[in-house]
Amino acid sequence: MRHEFAVQVGPVGFRVGSEWRAPVASLQRLYEGYPPPEGGVADFSVRLEAERPWRRWMKPSVAIRGDYVLPDAAPLALAHGLLAAEMGMNLQMALGQKRYLLLHASAAERDGKCVLMTGASGSGKSTLAAMLGEHGWRFMGDEFALLDPETWLLHPFPRAISLKNRGIHAMEELVGPDRFGPWLKGTPKGTLRHLRPRQDAIARMGEPARPALILFPTYGADTAVRPVGAAEVFVRLTQASTNYVTLGERGFGALSHLVTEVPARAIDYPDGKAAMEAVEALWAELS
Amino acid sequence: MRDAQLFVALLREPAGAARLAPEQWTPLLALARSESLLASLAHRLDGEPLPARVRTILEDARADAEQGQRQALWEAEMAQRALAPMGVPVILLKGTAFAAAGLPAAEGRSIGDLDILVPRDALDQVQEALLVAGWEWVKEDAYDDLYYRRWMHELPPLIHRERDRMIDVHHTILPPTARPKPDAAALIEESVPLGSGLRVLAPPDMIVHAAAHLFADGDLAGGLRNLWDLDRLLRRFGQDEGFWEELAARARRHQLGPHVRRGLRLTARLYGTPVRLAGRWRASDALFERRLLARNGWGQTTRRPLRFAFYVRSHWLRMPPLMLARHLWTKSRRQRPPMRA
Repeated sequence: MRHEFAVQVGPVGFRVGSEWRAPVASLQRLYEGYPPPEGGVADFSVRLEAERPWRRWMKPSVAIRGDYVLPDAAPLALAHGLLAAEMGMNLQMALGQKRYLLLHASAAERDGKCVLMTGASGSGKSTLAAMLGEHGWRFMGDEFALLDPETWLLHPFPRAISLKNRGIHAMEELVGPDRFGPWLKGTPKGTLRHLRPRQDAIARMGEPARPALILFPTYGADTAVRPVGAAEVFVRLTQASTNYVTLGERGFGALSHLVTEVPARAIDYPDGKAAMEAVEALWAELS
Repeated sequence: MRDAQLFVALLREPAGAARLAPEQWTPLLALARSESLLASLAHRLDGEPLPARVRTILEDARADAEQGQRQALWEAEMAQRALAPMGVPVILLKGTAFAAAGLPAAEGRSIGDLDILVPRDALDQVQEALLVAGWEWVKEDAYDDLYYRRWMHELPPLIHRERDRMIDVHHTILPPTARPKPDAAALIEESVPLGSGLRVLAPPDMIVHAAAHLFADGDLAGGLRNLWDLDRLLRRFGQDEGFWEELAARARRHQLGPHVRRGLRLTARLYGTPVRLAGRWRASDALFERRLLARNGWGQTTRRPLRFAFYVRSHWLRMPPLMLARHLWTKSRRQRPPMRA
């Protein structure tokens, strides 16, 4: 491939190859300060290729390929190359990651323990983890949390945070422009902007944490908290996991342990400030 | 070419791992993964001094392949339970057969669909029993269905509605339109029972089938894996008394002598397999070798014209020219789903 970028995110090394310079240049800027893959070996390769040979020049169209491929994935415009790289890396994790139970969740750590937040797209889990990361917590990830079936520890996956719509504005109030990526407008996922986590999240990407609280946040209503039983947590987390079935008994064991040992709450919140207060209150009470 | 050569050399001679520079590993691992041979490589490199990260990645691949085999064997068990009451022989093929028979060829072998062979006159019964037990047709298209039933060596694929796993039910090992006519009755007659009630092909027939699959059917995509099957099987059975003569006789009976001999030459060439009765290296073997190695260290396919030639060949092998023309015409005239605006 003509252009190449390599990076370590948590326990996983990636190599991204591209037929165009622009996506790699954007990645280099966004991931400034991240280490290269450990030992120089990448777990996964992502390829950003022209969908057809002539689409390298004519109306450039980026097909997301790599070690693992979704046959029906729609190509993206070259201007959205950063999103293509992000989706390619996510895809490798979702289909190829077999060491950890992979949960579609965000996470933040304090004092060696962590809060795990999962919910549908739009629940605000990314923004919430990003905000915690600016207020005394270590940001561990906004998309995937990696549960180790042997140690039951959660490993961080602190890639650049993918902010959408109102999440962008919420974070712009907290963080200066130098940590933001370019505006990506009109993508299939709406308007996006990436945010590089704070330096401590990057420097400590190798440090796992013990799960101490599971939250199911929902944005939009007045603040409310309700307990969630272990059985419901189990089912919701199997739905939030891409490799639960693939891991077989290891996945079942890890998830069973998690839901029986760790308290879980569903929280509704009207804005970021209320959400942070609710998290802090639950953390003081339960962790 | 360099990465593919290096990869094949490493499978052949694992001690070469110690001489690799750190930056050589990422392309090797990507290439191995795209050929579905990462876990096989992991087994092969077991005990070699490896960089820590490489060891971790290979351990994960092995664990994943083991889990895949557990699922594949369970799927075979499910098919056995559905079909046992009929009393027809059910013969496992390919990866599931290697795993069920405990052969070294199963080590790290990735297994996709469940492939079974049953007597042709039992097909309707088998189909009925599978439908009752929860399998469903994958393709709804009437032409595809007819095409399979008339011209293929297997039923249209079925998928289980709860376990989401596919089964391919074969009645022979090559399409009836292909020039070689394997003796399906003999394959079944000579098959070997496992304790479970399921059966596998006799060792020489396993090799004949692997060679038929690789050289008489398909375009050699993923061929390095199929050739690796040949290597593993030949190393296991090659020392048995009278094996090579028996292999030659079976290959002749199934009209696949040239295909088996080509398989022996190529696996000896690429993987260093000790073989006998393979015949002399032929000019055309070099084309097959180039096709097998047409992948780079990004996992991309290379040598587009050569691959296209093999693609055309795969259709040529499968259908007489007039039939091919009619098939492609029907496919091209088929109503596409309406395009979204």
